[in-house]
Amino acid sequence: MARYIIRRLLWGVALLIIVSAVTFVMFRVFPTADPAKLRAGRLQDPKVIAAIRNDLGLNKPILTQFWIYMKGIFLHFDLGYSYYSTAPVKTLIFDRVWATVSLVLGGAVVWLVSGLAVGIVSARKPRSFLDRFSMGGALVLVSAPEYWLGLLVLYAFAADIGQVKIFPGAGSYVGLTSDPVKWFTSLILPWLVVAASNAAVYARLMRGSLIETMSEDYIRTARAKGLTERRVVLRHGVRGAINPILTILGLDIGVLLGSAILVETVFDIPGIGRLNYDAITHSDFPIVQGTVLIAALFIVVANIVVDIAYAYLDPRVRYS
Amino acid sequence: MSASEPLLRVEDLRVEFHTGDGVVHAVDGITYEVHAGQTLGIVGESGSGKSVASMTTLGLTRNQGASISGRILFEGRDLVACSDEELRSVRGKDIAMVFQDPLSSLHPFFKVGAQLIEAVRTHQDVSKAKARERAVELLNLVGIPDASRRVDEFPHEFSGGMRQRAMIAMALANEPKLLIADEPTTALDVTVQAQVLALLERLQRELGMAIVIITHDLGVVAELADDVAVMYAGRIVETTSAEVLFSKPEHPYTWGLLKSLPTLEGSRREALVPIQGAPPSLINRPSGCHFHPRCPYSQPEHERIDPKLEPIAGEPNHHVACLLDSETRKRLWAQLSAGDTPEQAQAALGEAGGRP
Amino acid sequence: MSALVEVRDLVKHFPLTRGIVFQRKVGAVRAVDGVSFEIEQGETLGIVGETGCGKSTTARLIMRLLESTSGEIRFEGEDITHMKGAALKAVRREMQMIFQDPYSSLNPRKTIGSIIGEPFAIHRLNEGKGERRKAVQELMETVGLNPEHYNRYPHEFSGGQRQRIGVARALALKPKLLIADEPVSALDVSIQAQVLNLLRDLQSEFGLTVVFIAHDLSVVRHMCDRVAVMYLGKIVEIGGGDELYDFPRHPYTGALLSAVPVVDPSRHGEQRRLLSGDVPSPANPPSACRFHTRCPKAQPLCSTQEPPLEDKGSGTRVACHYPLTREEVAQIGVRSAP
Repeated sequence: MARYIIRRLLWGVALLIIVSAVTFVMFRVFPTADPAKLRAGRLQDPKVIAAIRNDLGLNKPILTQFWIYMKGIFLHFDLGYSYYSTAPVKTLIFDRVWATVSLVLGGAVVWLVSGLAVGIVSARKPRSFLDRFSMGGALVLVSAPEYWLGLLVLYAFAADIGQVKIFPGAGSYVGLTSDPVKWFTSLILPWLVVAASNAAVYARLMRGSLIETMSEDYIRTARAKGLTERRVVLRHGVRGAINPILTILGLDIGVLLGSAILVETVFDIPGIGRLNYDAITHSDFPIVQGTVLIAALFIVVANIVVDIAYAYLDPRVRYS
Repeated sequence: MSASEPLLRVEDLRVEFHTGDGVVHAVDGITYEVHAGQTLGIVGESGSGKSVASMTTLGLTRNQGASISGRILFEGRDLVACSDEELRSVRGKDIAMVFQDPLSSLHPFFKVGAQLIEAVRTHQDVSKAKARERAVELLNLVGIPDASRRVDEFPHEFSGGMRQRAMIAMALANEPKLLIADEPTTALDVTVQAQVLALLERLQRELGMAIVIITHDLGVVAELADDVAVMYAGRIVETTSAEVLFSKPEHPYTWGLLKSLPTLEGSRREALVPIQGAPPSLINRPSGCHFHPRCPYSQPEHERIDPKLEPIAGEPNHHVACLLDSETRKRLWAQLSAGDTPEQAQAALGEAGGRP
Repeated sequence: MSALVEVRDLVKHFPLTRGIVFQRKVGAVRAVDGVSFEIEQGETLGIVGETGCGKSTTARLIMRLLESTSGEIRFEGEDITHMKGAALKAVRREMQMIFQDPYSSLNPRKTIGSIIGEPFAIHRLNEGKGERRKAVQELMETVGLNPEHYNRYPHEFSGGQRQRIGVARALALKPKLLIADEPVSALDVSIQAQVLNLLRDLQSEFGLTVVFIAHDLSVVRHMCDRVAVMYLGKIVEIGGGDELYDFPRHPYTGALLSAVPVVDPSRHGEQRRLLSGDVPSPANPPSACRFHTRCPKAQPLCSTQEPPLEDKGSGTRVACHYPLTREEVAQIGVRSAP
């Protein structure tokens, strides 16, 4: 098992190196415009542009540039400097990352709990009214655009503009450390929105996977032992059905961490997605490059975690 | 079937499944008995209904949308009429079941010991530690070496024979009175099969439990069973003691099975005599006697009349469901055992008509 | 009569690797570990053994479906061990295989007409209009299928019929060698006999040489002229059907025969020699004689010196330092002994 984990971690590092290299090519070699001008954003001040050219070492051979760039990332976690916001990209991102993480992980918890529960119940009574209703509802939620859903719940429940004033409205996010209660309540509506469409996907996944698992021989054995149906489904069935869910979960969380932009905008949460959006509108190249790297990091980490979780859940994987 | 009260008595059991293609008559009115300490072998091929019948005993077909009628009397209680709750108290406790493929029948994600412990704690109120002790004891009982270490391993770390032993150990967790073994050795190598069969025999002697062994392998039945029931297309066509079945069978299907088997004893040169045709669909079964399309000795009226499972005159423990009369059957078997093909046997009797 | 197939010291090791970053070879599964035998023209050779003995691997090596690790395979005198390209394709016409599982060895998306006709397509035969269809339908009749079912799909047939389809496909090119890998194990008992009889009839009709692989000793006894018994990648005994079954010399052969359930309840309770334990892993086989860890007759010599496969005067070749005597054979209850 330890060998398995170490191997996954090493692959993760190798992957990150490759991703950084690709990002370098994307952002420095491909653009036809002058990289220094791009990084200056909307500023166009020639002195700044010259300074950038110096900083980026644009006069040095490309491989030296590459080496400096990689050294910067891996040794100093230096993701560049935003001339537009006059701050290191690293700082800007790290300030914002916790909001995104809170949003996404919290949303994930909500969608997992609700999605899996609905999926399990639907699987137990296939083609029943409950099943058709949930799967139909799931279809609706998947089709609904997030921003629409976001505006809808704000309209319904926000403390400032809503019909039924329960939850804090947009823009009320605070960090966990400053005010835990406010942090929590301000995230409830965003969590519901993030969870809505994803819960639907997971419900369908769980339903399918569980229906298949329940026809396995070991379920028959579990029943033959005299276990209650509840235990058979929840302990033997769900455990066997969880693998595809895990795969998708890793991908979903990984991707979402880098791109929860719609929800963050509607609810005015200062997260990375928002940062990225602002940077794009201001042509603030360094931040965009930084967020790309961070997004890649999230996906790689999420997949490593999923792989390790697999090995924990399915002992047969450990020996491959 | 002796005079004492049977441990299990199945009476006119019928199991049907309603599918998109039609009604599958998996079990079509079977009656049999099992006595304490005895082994009943149920022989049949795919589509005979043997597995469905035994799974229905434990109510395992209920959630597949089966319509079940008839009675299954276990120690006087009718299991068909029992609620799920009541059945659960029987499953794994008084009646336990072992299945064919131990690799897929054991949960791949849980340790073997954990699965045994679960079997124990479902029916006995004991601590985890005690249950674990019992698990190790059970693994020892079935002859798994190094049991205290093996108990923490996963099923895929066991070899095929050991896995089947582990399944048997799990079934014995609560000292069942009846063990139903559904093709327990089919997936195993022949030397391992011999070990497992010897194990079952030993366990029966030591624990005094009854065994129902379901198989398509006549050799296994001959080794292990005291009584045998032969099933075809959802019905029992012949039932008697093992000795009588192999020496004086009286159903054409049984004859067909015995003659089509290559054995180690018979002549090598002799051609096998297969049963023509294929097992019938359980949705559209042949009318009348279900075996008549494949029976070399059938008469025109066999298409219309349903044979009943009836005792043979002079042999109260030998029941056959066949429309030919016992005299004819005895003579046919005499010809067949002398080496005749079915056509030759038929001709020797000078019967007119009948299908070649 | 020269041998159709000659196999010399055939070895197939599947490497086992370990390592965190770089996979090092730490060992190998020695599936076939030095096997030599001949297959005579027109005979039926049976290969029996239990799981992991290497019988299926040997078959695939002969068919060149796998590359051998070392050793030599000769077909009609020609060395085909490392043949490639057009030469191999030409040889492949002469060797065909029938597989075990009739449910998964036929492509469910093709009609059986196209499945049986595929060999013609690959080797560009019968390309004339309607010629192929005619050839396929002839084959279907030969194996006992209704030629009108040409356009049906595999799922419309029963297991036994599917196996017949497999046989028809194998015979399309009129091969010299037919390898049947457990052809009846997945079939019902009443159908097995049909397919076995079919194979026997076809063998004489087409003059085929057949290699019949099975774990069921009774079936092999019925079908085969000569039998090779394999254990952990090696042949432990090989000889004529009658001799081998009546008087097995290798203790493993004896154990196999003794383990077969006897279809005669009156002989219930006879003494049997039960093998203890499980087959050792082919990745780590015992030294010298592979069977010594479970052999009731094992002596110190057995773990130090590997016994060669040779004739000990009985007409069968056996790889054993202390082969069974007649008394021992009777003692372990080998039923086929007269």
